[in-house]
Amino acid sequence: MSLKKISKEQPDNFQFNDMNLKTANEIIKNYPKGKEQSAVMSFLYLAQRQNDNWIPLSAMKYIAKRLNMPYIKVYEVATFYSMYNLSPVGKYFVQVCTTTPCMIRGAYKLVDACKKKISKEQNKLSSNGNCSWAEVECLGACVNAPMMQINDDYFEDLDEKKTSVILDKILRNENVEPGSYRGRKNSEPENNRKTLIDLKNATR
Amino acid sequence: MLQDKDRIFQNLYNDGDSNISGAFKRNDWLNTKEIISKGRSWIIDEIKLSELRGRGGAGFPTGLKWSFAPKEVGSRPHYLVINADESEPGTCKDRDILRFEPHKLIEGCLLASYAVNANVCYIYIRGEYYFEGQRLQKAIDEAYKNKLIGKNAANSGWNLDIYIHYGAGAYICGEETALLESLEGKKGQPRLKPPFPALVGLYGCPTIINNVETIAVIPTILRRGGKWFASLGKPKNTGTKIFCISGNVKRPCNVEEEMGIPLKTLIEKHAGGVIGGWDNLKAVIPGGSSMPLLPKEVCETITMDFDSLVKEKSGMGTAGVVVINKDQDIIKCMARIARFYKHESCGQCTPCREGSGWMWRMLERMAKGEASKDEVNMLMDVTKQIEGHTICAFGEGSSWPVQGLIRHFKKEIEDRNNFNPLVKKDKNIPYLVDQHLLDKT
Repeated sequence: MSLKKISKEQPDNFQFNDMNLKTANEIIKNYPKGKEQSAVMSFLYLAQRQNDNWIPLSAMKYIAKRLNMPYIKVYEVATFYSMYNLSPVGKYFVQVCTTTPCMIRGAYKLVDACKKKISKEQNKLSSNGNCSWAEVECLGACVNAPMMQINDDYFEDLDEKKTSVILDKILRNENVEPGSYRGRKNSEPENNRKTLIDLKNATR
Repeated sequence: MLQDKDRIFQNLYNDGDSNISGAFKRNDWLNTKEIISKGRSWIIDEIKLSELRGRGGAGFPTGLKWSFAPKEVGSRPHYLVINADESEPGTCKDRDILRFEPHKLIEGCLLASYAVNANVCYIYIRGEYYFEGQRLQKAIDEAYKNKLIGKNAANSGWNLDIYIHYGAGAYICGEETALLESLEGKKGQPRLKPPFPALVGLYGCPTIINNVETIAVIPTILRRGGKWFASLGKPKNTGTKIFCISGNVKRPCNVEEEMGIPLKTLIEKHAGGVIGGWDNLKAVIPGGSSMPLLPKEVCETITMDFDSLVKEKSGMGTAGVVVINKDQDIIKCMARIARFYKHESCGQCTPCREGSGWMWRMLERMAKGEASKDEVNMLMDVTKQIEGHTICAFGEGSSWPVQGLIRHFKKEIEDRNNFNPLVKKDKNIPYLVDQHLLDKT
């Protein structure tokens, strides 16, 4: 359980745009009749995507109404899970994994880069307002440590210098390529393949 | 070493093509109809014969688990739920299956749901794996298009719908009952067992929950026979397993190997060895962060299977091998793991909610050398108060790594934290000293 800061500035109204409304109606069909509450997590994601990466309280009220459940139940879900942002995080939300497997490969150097480039403290917007960073727990790419996630994309096999280059680019609103930054193929042992050799040669 | 032809996940590194055409080339979806026509009990018996044990950490026999589902569908429908909420530090095997071998998983879903009488299957993916989820969704769409799932799936007469449900960054949702709560749209707090999910699970209906890797190996086992699978590995610890080797090794990687492979072979051969040489090895976490670490002496000879690791008071877990060398501060490493558990505790049971924070704060001080001598035993006591006093296994998962540290590196902690707070008052750490005793002196 982590503490969550709820933004002081809240928009008065929220409702799904037409596209999300259609998606929402599709999602509800995934669950049996009478169990629509299951869709609450997906709806919160939709709201988060629509509202620049964060969920205002009005969206929770809106979702509660749509799914016919008490507002407090939606609030409970939104505050329990760490991926729902309850205050603005900027267009680019940088999450650096610092759990042990990443830490022993130098994850705190990435944190230093974030401190230098984005903001001194985590969860604070950069001076141009389009980016913020946070230290998070294991993101499940331990073999490609150290790594970070920017919005949906994983950036793997990083070091301080490469991180700085990526951060500079996103601060200028430029595109960055996700994936390994040491040119390795997914999670293979670099230059040390002992398995699945025939397949590797077949593709070359 | 396992031969390439016996590896189940041929596309582990995405040398081929993860789409359906590539999957056909790897013999996925071959004779699915014939396998299903052999009947439910044949499938379950074959899985029992293979002695497949669940790959999600606990190692429960899969065939046995399936046989717990009611034989006939009563008034309530059955569900199959796939646990793809992979968040154990050190583990990243399911991610590669979701990305590169999605059709193995989907075919496994069809076979498993037929075996347990389920017509609906939910795949619970952790929210961070958005891209992997999209890849899987694409594969599901392909399967629907080719009539491999949906109504009369693969011409077998069985109907199956598969839906993806995204989690949202809660480690505890990897616990099966917390996962069900989360699927029902609540916060992920585990339920008391019994009743077990096989009888009362999702929406109160019989539910079988399996890990991604468990389900993804099912089609290959049924195609090549349970005997083939049982011939690999060791007795009671059969088959192959994807190992994730991370940390201070030269070539961190995922690799599929036989169960019971020596840990040293795994590290030296596949991962290129420890950074600074084998002698620079400090400890290895053999099965994801919740399994107690092994010191170097044990690593020399240990084999990677459920039973051998339990003998060393550790566990196979998810086979996420984290190698820690002597350049690292082992106490700091464990303190960081304790922080992970403190962050991820769901807050339902007091021993875990409060105890995980205690362990983290004590370990942080021990890493800095600010703890007193007797606190080492106190820390051990705290772990014992958590273990076995919680609803789910998170209590064990958070206290075992700390116990492992104390078991093997007690001397190192004591050397660093060797002052007696009552004698050395000049150490200005007020919370360590009983204040009322100080006043009198």
